[in-house]
Formats: sequence, C-alpha cells, structure tokens
Amino acid sequence: MNISPAFDEMWADGSAIRRPYQNIKAWLDSEDKASLKAKRRDANDLFRLTGITFNVYGSSEGEERLIPFDIIPRVITSNEWNKICKGLEQRVRAINAFLYDIYHSQEIVKAGILPLEMLKNNPAFLLQMIGVNPPGQIYTHISGVDIIRTEENEFYVLEDNIRTPSGVSYMLENRETMLQMFPELFTKNRVQPIQHYPQELLNSLKNTLPETANSKPTVCLLTPGLYNSAYFEHAFLADQMGIELVQGNDLKVVDGFLAMRTTRGHQKVDVLYKRLDDNFLDPLNFNEKSSLGVPGLFDVYRKGRVTIANAPGTGIADDKAMYSFMPEIVQFYSGEFPLLQNVPTWRCAIKDQLQYVLDNISELVIKQVHGSGGYGMLIGPTATKKDISNFKKKLIATPQNYIAQPTLSLSTVPIFTNKGFAPRHVDLRPFVQMSPKKINIVPGGLTRVAMSKGSLVVNSSQGGGTKDTWVLEN
Amino acid sequence: MLGNTANGLFWTYRLLERAENMSRLIETGQRIALTRLNSSDEQWLYVMQTSAVSEEYKIQYSKVEKEPAVDWILRHPENKSSILSSITSARQNAKMVRHALTTDVWEAINGSFLEIQKLLKAKTIEGDLPLILRTIKQSAAFVRGATYGTMLRNEEYDFCRLGTFIERADNTARILDVKYYVLLPSAKAVGTSIDNVQWETILRSVSAYGGFRLEYGHEAGPDDIAKFLILDKRMPRSLIYCCDILKLHLLSLCSAYRKKPPSLSQIMELQNRFLTHDIEAIFKFGLHDFLQEMISLFGNLSDQIEIDYRFYE
Repeated sequence: MNISPAFDEMWADGSAIRRPYQNIKAWLDSEDKASLKAKRRDANDLFRLTGITFNVYGSSEGEERLIPFDIIPRVITSNEWNKICKGLEQRVRAINAFLYDIYHSQEIVKAGILPLEMLKNNPAFLLQMIGVNPPGQIYTHISGVDIIRTEENEFYVLEDNIRTPSGVSYMLENRETMLQMFPELFTKNRVQPIQHYPQELLNSLKNTLPETANSKPTVCLLTPGLYNSAYFEHAFLADQMGIELVQGNDLKVVDGFLAMRTTRGHQKVDVLYKRLDDNFLDPLNFNEKSSLGVPGLFDVYRKGRVTIANAPGTGIADDKAMYSFMPEIVQFYSGEFPLLQNVPTWRCAIKDQLQYVLDNISELVIKQVHGSGGYGMLIGPTATKKDISNFKKKLIATPQNYIAQPTLSLSTVPIFTNKGFAPRHVDLRPFVQMSPKKINIVPGGLTRVAMSKGSLVVNSSQGGGTKDTWVLEN
Repeated sequence: MLGNTANGLFWTYRLLERAENMSRLIETGQRIALTRLNSSDEQWLYVMQTSAVSEEYKIQYSKVEKEPAVDWILRHPENKSSILSSITSARQNAKMVRHALTTDVWEAINGSFLEIQKLLKAKTIEGDLPLILRTIKQSAAFVRGATYGTMLRNEEYDFCRLGTFIERADNTARILDVKYYVLLPSAKAVGTSIDNVQWETILRSVSAYGGFRLEYGHEAGPDDIAKFLILDKRMPRSLIYCCDILKLHLLSLCSAYRKKPPSLSQIMELQNRFLTHDIEAIFKFGLHDFLQEMISLFGNLSDQIEIDYRFYE
C-alpha cells in the first residue's frame, strides 16, 4: 500500500498496522476485489433507491447526485473518542455562553479580549438578537464541529458549524448501508451504536421548551423546500424524529403564537428546528424579500413563545474570523485551557498578519471569512502562480474578508478505489446536542474524505465523499 | 397532520393512478393496432382524448399517427401531462411527504420512478414498448402493494386512497364518455358481439376484457358494458365502486375528526342522485349527459376535499 507523508490512521508510520485497524485489515485481505466492487455498486444503488442524494446549486433543476460513499470504515478508539468528547463539550458550552454574552452585556468585550469591531462590522452579528432571551438560554442546540487529526494524538478543530450544521443523515445512513452490506463486520467488531441520534435530538429539543408549552409540545422541522441541497436530510430527520416537516407556507402567526396549518386547522408549534438561514426566517424582521419564512415569527420568538434551534444569530460564532479568537473564548467562559486545539490563524485584517500571509502565501490556506462549502479558498501549496497572484490582489483589496492558516496535513484513511486500496485525507464532524439539562454526543460523526489523490478538499459540493465512522467500545 | 401533507399524499396517488391508466390506454391502442387489420390511426385520437392530452398534441402535429402519438403520451417533453411527467410529479409529491409514507412505499415510488425515467429517456422505439408498458404497470402494482401492505389505516391512508379513487372514477367516466355512442342500446344493431373493436377498446382500457366475458358471457350487449362499468360493485374500476370507496374514506376522516365536512355530503348526494338507479334509467337520462355530470361532480368533490382539509389555506 502506498504510504503518504500524512499520518495514516491504519498504518501510522508504515511499519505496522495500528491496533484499531487490525480487524479491518484482516477483512480487506479476505475479500476479493471483484466482490468488493460489486458491493460498492450495490451500495450506490441502495443510496439512489433510498433517495440519499443532494441537489447541486447552479446545476440544472432537479438534478440529484450521490455523495461518493467509501465502504472501508474509519475507526476511532473509545479512548480517542472520550478525549474528543471532553473537548467538544467544553468548546460548545463556551460558545453558548459566548453567544449569550455578546447579545447581552458583552463582558468579553469589556474585558478587552474581543475587539468590539469583531461584532460591529460583522453581518453575522444579528442586531435583532440583542437582549433576546432564548428559551433555556440555549443558542447552540446542535453543533457540528469539524475536527482534523495530524498525528497519533493531535486533534485540531478546523471549523465550528453552528448556524445550520448538516450532514448527520449521512452519518446515520452510512451506518445503515454498512449494516446491510457487511453485517459480519458488526458481529466481529464492537462498534458503538448511533441509531438513537434522532430520538436523542428530539429529547434534547423537548428539554428546551418555551414557558408557554404544555406537557405535549409540538416540534417541527422547517425546510426551505425540495430544491434545497440538504432536502433529503430534512425529510429524513423529520421522519426519524416523528415530527412534521414544514415549509414557510405551512406556518403562520396566529393569536401571537406560531402555528402550523393542519387538516384540522391551526395548531400551535413550540419548537422549530430550523434548517433555513436566519435572513430568510421572517420577512418582517429580516430579509423582506424572503418567501421561505414566516412573517412575524421573530416577534413570537422575542416574546419567548417558541424555541428556534439553533437560535438566530449563532452564525457569529462560526464566522471564520471569530474562529481565531476561539482559544480565548473557551478560556474566558470555561476558566480552563482549551482541550481541543485551534489551528493557528492569521487575520488578514491586521496589517502585520496580512504581510506575513502575503510573504508566505504558497505555504498557507486562505479562506473567506464568510465562505463555506470550500468555495473561494486558496490552497497555497497546490495553487498555480496565476491563482496566487490573483488571490494576492483580492487580499490587498479586502483583507478583512480573509484569514489564513498553515496547510495542515489531514490524516489519511484507506479507501477502495478502482485500482485497489489507497490512502486519502479525511476530517471528522461529530454532532453535539445541547439542552439546559445536558450535552449529548452520539459516538460517531460524519467522516468526509477527499476522493482524489493528494486532495485536501473534503467538501461534498466539491467531490468529497463519506465513510462510516466507527467508535469502538472499550 | 399538515394540510400540505394531505395535499401531497392525495396528489401522489392521483398522479400515479393517472400514469397507470394512460399506460393501459396505450397498451389497448397498440393491441388493437396489431391485431385488427382494419384499425386506423384515429383510435390514437381516442386514447389522447381520454387522457385529455389531444389538444396540445394537435398544436405540435398536424396528423394523428401512432408513433408520435405514443411518444406524446409517454414522454414528449412538451407534454406536461405525459406519463413521464405524471410519474415525475408524483415522485416530487412523495418526496415532499416522505415522512408520511412508509419506507417501503417511498422506495417503491422512488425505485419505479428511477427505472421508468431511464426507460423513457430517449424517444421510444416500438420494440421497447412492451417492456415500458409492463414496467409502468408493474410499478403501479408494486406501489399499490406496498401501500396496502405497510401503511397504517389512518388519515394519511385515507388521503392516499381518496387521490387514487377520485382519479380512477374520473378516468372511467372519461373512457365511457369518449365512446358513449357505441354503448347506447340503439348501437346493438351496429355491433354484433363482444368482438366489436369499439367494445374491446373500452374493456381493455379498464383491464376488464376477460372479467366482463366471464361474468356476462359472449351474448352480452353494449348496454351490459355500460352497466358493468357504471353500476357493477364487483368491478374495482366501476363508478359505483369508486364512489363507495370515496365515501368509505370520507366517513373514516369524518369519524376521526368528529365533524361532517361538505365533501362527505357531496359524495352521498352524488350516490343518491346518480347511482341508485338501473342502467335503463341512465340511458333514459342520457348516457352522455350522465357521464358529463359525473365528471364535473368528481371535479367539485376534489375541490371540496382540498377546502375541507386545508390543502392550501
């Protein structure tokens, strides 16, 4: 097998197989390539039949694609997992406290830790949220934190996805698919189950009710609709949680409460699990052109009569410029050192740091502050001279729009290609649920994998694939 | 349950039923064309009229001919009511209400769509027609079976069935109406036996050729066909059967909601006025007028269900 210079989770330094992968290795050795190929085809057919597809923005209407699925599981030991979990819990609690603080008394600004400019000039800082008290003081009901591994014991947070984290349906369906394709693997390995995620999420949301809810609260999931790239996930989660999947035109403010139009008339909604950008939520309070939202919804929210998960305005916390303050944020609110490390980050808005970035651009990754999906970024080491000189111009023109990070070598895990097994770079997105009662993390996550050799871009919108992610039992 | 979900379920099943009925009409047309030496291309006009797609066809083509007609009904991109677009919209609706369907039903609908979409990608060649029609029919049976076998008998199921049977009732009425004149008692002189091509067309269009012969024998006349398709409770596509099922599900919704909606009164009135007489009375009333009246009442009923259960507002 080809060993890449990055840390390989199966082979480590190449001399001997790492323990957690011994069973995987034995399995791969015992299977012949032709039957694995046939199984892979079956898996794809299964995904198509189930409808686990995503719509690509900008492609012809209704075009549905499959996210490439690799059949070799990615394995995490329970020790590694426990360590990650502790770090996640600390981080998410701090982020939630941070959000409360910046929309209330802004102690972190007063303490001189966060410059006021970071809020003032930031479109992700939602002025409408100032002074609003979300039910249970929870902003981050669900967080998807992207973690990368660079060494046996080195884990970094690459990104916090707080506004509308997605991808959990792939985590669940990848496991379902593996259970169907290779049941024998689960007989031989003690893999921690993840199937209870939707139920746990429902419980977690029901633990964060507005005071006006009664003992039988109504939870529903708000989707922008069929043509949204994540529509499958919305329908899937609503189905698994046993809640209604609603669009803006199903909802209405009736007598000061949020209500959905049922066949029996309007019925009060207590918790709205929204999968819609804040801007589109309510044309009266945000983008007036939005036809996806509900007029007056935010007024109901402000009165504490509905829970919105995640709370509007959480986007400020996963802004890439804010990311660079995360170590200070975690420390400020938890009083502890961060358990999960941040990737060193240069803020181009600061003159000295911009100069450093310009001087070392060919070794850095440059990202847009408000970008997502891997768009609009520059990967220095693989960029052409022309890309670099174009990007330099953008940096100089609007430095505040960019941050830069060293090119970290993401760990690799083997995938099954047409030519056999080959290592590819991966990241990991675990999903953290938070309620006033507790933080809950289902043992697993979405492993995204860059399918082409050497690539570091794992985003599904750019050809990245996924894998089943195993957290082993001790 | 959301009004929108009821809407999605209702239309998923209406559109699936429509696609199935259209494919049966093509199958009939093709069968007659191949087995009757004196058949003309005019019968494709009948097929298109029954499916209500003939007007748009005439805009695109100057002549009614088999090949373009079959392609038009099956998949022509300009035909918004083709079998392919019906199945595509049925699947879109199902996708919207996926959480209200069982996994089995969703996969049956989605799998059928994927297969039929592949078959209808390019212009149809005659040799592929049997496979295409068989696939559409089997898909319909597959979805029906999954629905019957796995859906809970709750409101969701009621809306699915209402969609199926409103469409079916409308379809049977249209099949009869487009050829009503061959069924009049006075037509007895024209045709002589069940082998009459016109009658065969009608019976095959509702998959009832064999069933009718078995029950009514070779001596049966055209009025018997009218009776069979309007008043025979054993025939699952007859108007009386469809209306019984519609009433059954409106009653079931009524008892779940503890409220009598106007749609229930409508179906009961329709049954009392039009389906409590014998076939002679219907002929006396005028078969064409009777069928026209029925078609318009089915339309009203469908609108009323949308209002009663807040499909849109």
